[in-house]
Amino acid sequence: MTLMKHLKLSAAVLALSATTAVAADVEVLHWWTSGGEAAALNVLKGDLEAQGIGWMDMPVAGGGGEAAMTVLRARVTSGNAPTAVQMLGFDITDWAKEGALANLNDAAAENGWDAVVPEALQKFAKYEGSWVAAPVNVHSVNWVWANKKLFDDNNLTVPTTWEEFEAVMATLKEAGVTPIAQGGQPWQEATLFDSVVMSTGGPEFYQKALIDLDPEALGSDTMKQAFDRLGAIRANVDDNFSGRDWNLATAMVINGEAGMQIMGDWAKGEFVAAGKVPDEDFLCFRFPGTQDQVMFNADQFAMFDQGGVVSEEQAALATAIMSPTFQSAFNVVKGSVPARTDVPDTDFDACGKKGIADLAAASSSGNLFGSLAQGYGAPASIKNAYYDVVTAFFNGSFDSQTAAEELVTAIEIAQ
Amino acid sequence: MASAPTQADLKTRLQTLIPKLVLSPSLAVIFLFVYGFIIFTVYLSFTDSRILPSFNLVGFENYSKLFRLSHWTTSITNLGIFAGLYIGISTLIGLGLATFLDQKIRGEGLLRPIYLYPMALSFIVTGTAWKWFLDPGIGLEHTMHLWGWESFSFDWIKNSDYAIYTVVIAAVWQSSGFVMAMFLAGLRGIDNEILKAAQMDGASNWQMYRRIILPQLRPAFLSAFVILSHLAVKSYDLVIALTGGGPGRATELPATFMYSYTFTRNQMGIGASSAVIMLMTIAAIMVPYLYAELREKK
Repeated sequence: MTLMKHLKLSAAVLALSATTAVAADVEVLHWWTSGGEAAALNVLKGDLEAQGIGWMDMPVAGGGGEAAMTVLRARVTSGNAPTAVQMLGFDITDWAKEGALANLNDAAAENGWDAVVPEALQKFAKYEGSWVAAPVNVHSVNWVWANKKLFDDNNLTVPTTWEEFEAVMATLKEAGVTPIAQGGQPWQEATLFDSVVMSTGGPEFYQKALIDLDPEALGSDTMKQAFDRLGAIRANVDDNFSGRDWNLATAMVINGEAGMQIMGDWAKGEFVAAGKVPDEDFLCFRFPGTQDQVMFNADQFAMFDQGGVVSEEQAALATAIMSPTFQSAFNVVKGSVPARTDVPDTDFDACGKKGIADLAAASSSGNLFGSLAQGYGAPASIKNAYYDVVTAFFNGSFDSQTAAEELVTAIEIAQ
Repeated sequence: MASAPTQADLKTRLQTLIPKLVLSPSLAVIFLFVYGFIIFTVYLSFTDSRILPSFNLVGFENYSKLFRLSHWTTSITNLGIFAGLYIGISTLIGLGLATFLDQKIRGEGLLRPIYLYPMALSFIVTGTAWKWFLDPGIGLEHTMHLWGWESFSFDWIKNSDYAIYTVVIAAVWQSSGFVMAMFLAGLRGIDNEILKAAQMDGASNWQMYRRIILPQLRPAFLSAFVILSHLAVKSYDLVIALTGGGPGRATELPATFMYSYTFTRNQMGIGASSAVIMLMTIAAIMVPYLYAELREKK
């Protein structure tokens, strides 16, 4: 911590001695460390540097941000909060409850955030009527990424139902490739399960079980069936998956070792970074049975309160994040879609255009749901209880019946 | 002349005082940061603390929740398997190595540090090295396949049912040498005269070990047991480096459980109660030991 302060100080001294118009630095805590993500972040860095605001990078690796949240807690407790922190869903609400976040209402009013951010997203970016975070993007998790060459070689078409999906997996297995590339970390298994639950039970069931946490729905036969389907997917994953990072799983699809990966649209960034083109080298389609739904997860930047006022740099950072040009430029690289609905889709590739259209459609038809695995369904304790059960099932500790029962108990205890 | 005795008096008084003065800051610090925080943790375990500490008492709720969690049951079971095998195997291997080294062999000075060396590594290094070695995709299994033994299979680290045993393997590898050193010291402390007397009475080698040497090693056994058992209860880094608690949650131990509940899951109350259970487990082992030790000294 003292080292960080020291660095901050010396950076400030350097800035002063250089007599440029540098205001101050923003220290940004985030977990965007993979190739595609780092490239996307450079867009924001460049944008701020053009305004004369220095960027102090504070990356804490680990998808899902578990490690980053631990670092954050230590820093806040020691009274040395970073300027801005990448955050997901309920983490924002939890920190806002502690009164640790700065109020961004001025920046929001100036730039009219209320009118352009989807309502489902505002629930998380605002706390008790005030804006506490600036959403950068909207990711959705119910995507399947497939290797087009493998699909063509085996005469496969895009599956739209669970049965077709099973058939595709079987064909790929016969052809001697791993049908599903899956990373073996609890959050990845749970992210996959989000889509499976939505597909198995439909949006009403998803809402009831994973958002409202109704014990009856959690322990129902539908949930058991969802676990059965997850088991069917597990049977099509190679045995060496445990502990694998998501981008390594994506690489398996890129290299043609595996047919498909079920992962959020951040996976597209990896395809793009590897020089692949959608519809030519790879396919993107919704998880079978969830064509109309968008299960979202939005990266947001929360600004930490620095003595009661929103500093100039924080306001500048928040405004920069929400500007339509940045939202477009950033999301083109990152693979997600803009958090503003008024950003033109001209610069996006085929998958991006589909994502933007899907989001708009889902938002207006009430089919926009938060992803529980990504912290947009319930607070961290419940999310982790969900991880426990799903990962235990995925690694063979439970059968479907026990898993559904365990889910009821685990979520009840975590509440 | 009149001032001399008071000076000497002052000097002796200073001499008795200085050790206390020098020790008192560290004593105060230990009281605050060790015992103070133990009390704080016990207190937190009875509160509804979530993301940050709260002071709202809820009685034994956290404990009852804790013991309903299958995740905690897994951790406890894993600790049982891990501690039992780790202590048992390390002691056996350590004792074996010490006995062999004690046969007045050549090159003991070279062999001893070789066996002892793994203890100098941090558990993180041990864990990472064994993770790669045991990984079927890049480690032992892969190498065996490359060498032509295609049917060779050793995928315990990826198997929920067997992963905990890989933790035992790595931990035993790390600690056996250390246990050996303790037993070796014990063996060297045995009076040669007794052994010679036994030999004259016609005792066989086996009888000598069984009746004379092993009983005399009792203090070494006790120290080995206490050191290994507290290492087992608090082991955290090895699991994190080796398996990350996985596959799934299959190799979680109480220490990793405590950390994740307190710091990443915003359930500080449950985390604190698991820490208290761990503390009591260690106390249950240490208190009788300390009691026995202190009583012997009197």
